[in-house]
Amino acid sequence: MAVDMELELVLRPPEVPQAPYPAKVITLANGKRLVVREARREEVPTLLKAVHPTLFIHKDYYDIVGARLYAELLGWYTHRTQNEFCLVGQVDGILVGMVNSRMYNAKTGMSLHTLAIDRGLRVGSHLFAAKMEHHIEYLEQEEVLIVAESPIGFRRWMIEYGLEPTGIPHELGGAPSYRLTRELYFATKSRLVVGDRPVPPALLEAAEREIIVADEDMIREKIAGVKGR
Amino acid sequence: MRDVAIIGVGMIPFGRRDEDTLVDMLAYASMHALDDAGLGDKGVDAVYVANMGGGILQHQTAIASALVDRLSLLPAAADTVENGPASGASAVKNGVLAVASGYYDTVLVAGGEKMREVTGWKATDFVATLTHPEVEYPYGITLPGMAGIFTRLYMEKYGLTREMLVAVAIKNQAMGALNPYAHVEMLITREGILDSPHSVVNNPAMADPLHLYDACPVSDGAAALILCPLEMAQELTKNVPILVAGFGQATDTHALQEREDPTDLKAVTLAAQQAFKRANLKPSDIDVAELHDAFTILEIAESEHVGFFKKGEGGKAVLAGKTKLGGQIPINVSGGLKARGHPVGGTGVAQLVELTWQLRHELPKERQVKNAKTGLSVNFGGFGNNVLCFILKRGGK
Repeated sequence: MAVDMELELVLRPPEVPQAPYPAKVITLANGKRLVVREARREEVPTLLKAVHPTLFIHKDYYDIVGARLYAELLGWYTHRTQNEFCLVGQVDGILVGMVNSRMYNAKTGMSLHTLAIDRGLRVGSHLFAAKMEHHIEYLEQEEVLIVAESPIGFRRWMIEYGLEPTGIPHELGGAPSYRLTRELYFATKSRLVVGDRPVPPALLEAAEREIIVADEDMIREKIAGVKGR
Repeated sequence: MRDVAIIGVGMIPFGRRDEDTLVDMLAYASMHALDDAGLGDKGVDAVYVANMGGGILQHQTAIASALVDRLSLLPAAADTVENGPASGASAVKNGVLAVASGYYDTVLVAGGEKMREVTGWKATDFVATLTHPEVEYPYGITLPGMAGIFTRLYMEKYGLTREMLVAVAIKNQAMGALNPYAHVEMLITREGILDSPHSVVNNPAMADPLHLYDACPVSDGAAALILCPLEMAQELTKNVPILVAGFGQATDTHALQEREDPTDLKAVTLAAQQAFKRANLKPSDIDVAELHDAFTILEIAESEHVGFFKKGEGGKAVLAGKTKLGGQIPINVSGGLKARGHPVGGTGVAQLVELTWQLRHELPKERQVKNAKTGLSVNFGGFGNNVLCFILKRGGK
């Protein structure tokens, strides 16, 4: 069906320009190089292939995270979500995790989801940190509102960052938000936010050339198999 | 007293086994052990089950009664043995004594734990229930906390370094990556967990000076073995019998603070001395060891306390490669608790299952200690306040 651009302009939320997230590379515990970069909108269909199997993983709240993330990425792809961004983590081109978020307004960020596919390597921690780095350092926002849907997320974000509880309902279901302020971010940055820039060109080129997604059975096994941590 | 042999062993992969109940896991491991022994439908005279947390974590007690029923081993005698993280070796000890005394001929010992159905906080709190209820637990001490204190003292007294601890973690995770039963099958590198500035996130401090990769994972899992008199082994099984050449058990003060020297793991030393005396062997006679490395520091400290190395030399030995496969005394070729995992009630049994495979020469080349004839295990209960040491020997006396 042809897109009616006149109507689209009514349906699409207004966007403000966003600074890009400069890619970085992180050495993981296993010595491999994790490239963290901003995904392009046209890469969303590929990302959805990785999210789809999580809809059926009924542990650690992967199902609700997957369902909401799927909708949010679709919303971004179809211009139905305002000022969203998605950062992906790749090792040798293979997608090992992703985070998404959006600018609620110029001052406030609204953290959405963190999905770790490879577990036990702190991929989720690195990606969440990159998301906060983007909000505070590159989008130059004052604060980020955050909720956790799983106990693991609560332990990672609320405890490790020492986030401030607020009474502000988060747009993910209305739970009271926790807040990362600029002050808190810079106080915790040295122990939680790492990465080297610029990414060596060959490494970045390999990551940008293709997002390699494991098949659905492999993703389910990585996340929820006996060895899944 | 009769000599006692291990004639069958079984284990299930450790990890996070959401689909299995505690009794399911114990039953699977037991069936493997019964099959391995070739007992067929002969059944066993008695069953000892090692479990620490069924009553707390699963709200289920009398686990041994449930297991014999599940396995149709009725009317075998059945007892559950709880001795903290040393429950496994304690259950084996009870089985060995029962067979040695002549009271029972065939005994199944199974050990297991299901720890992953609670959060990490609750699992840590559950294990901390073994600490002193008046002078330790109410103040928030945990086992990682105790290990951190112990490590700091060891560093001050013996010059232990983080490099030595990291070397244990790398070695054991490398071996775990070769072990299909291991919870953690992931290689780690020194760059990734120590040298790189990114290691601050990869390997954060857990209980300073211990870091994340100094600790074992919280695991579900189970292991089992079959005991019988050595003299009956040949008629019951085709497997090479593995002789329980000796064991020792010793205790120490409940509260860590009451020890004259908290870096001296007296119960480990005493348990090992008893085992060596009973087996008529010495540390240099041992070909392979499974030590209780719930934290990397414990592998180093135990390797000294059982007599493989002098005090203060264990860390250097790791750096020199003396404890890896092919080294002077290969330690935790299974990956140890660090990588195989630590379902607390199952660990002491799993160590002996691994040693049995080693002594039967059944493991793949990349994990087999060449011509191994003797093996030693240390199952460390509490924070060293109740320790068992076993020595196994290939074949007969």
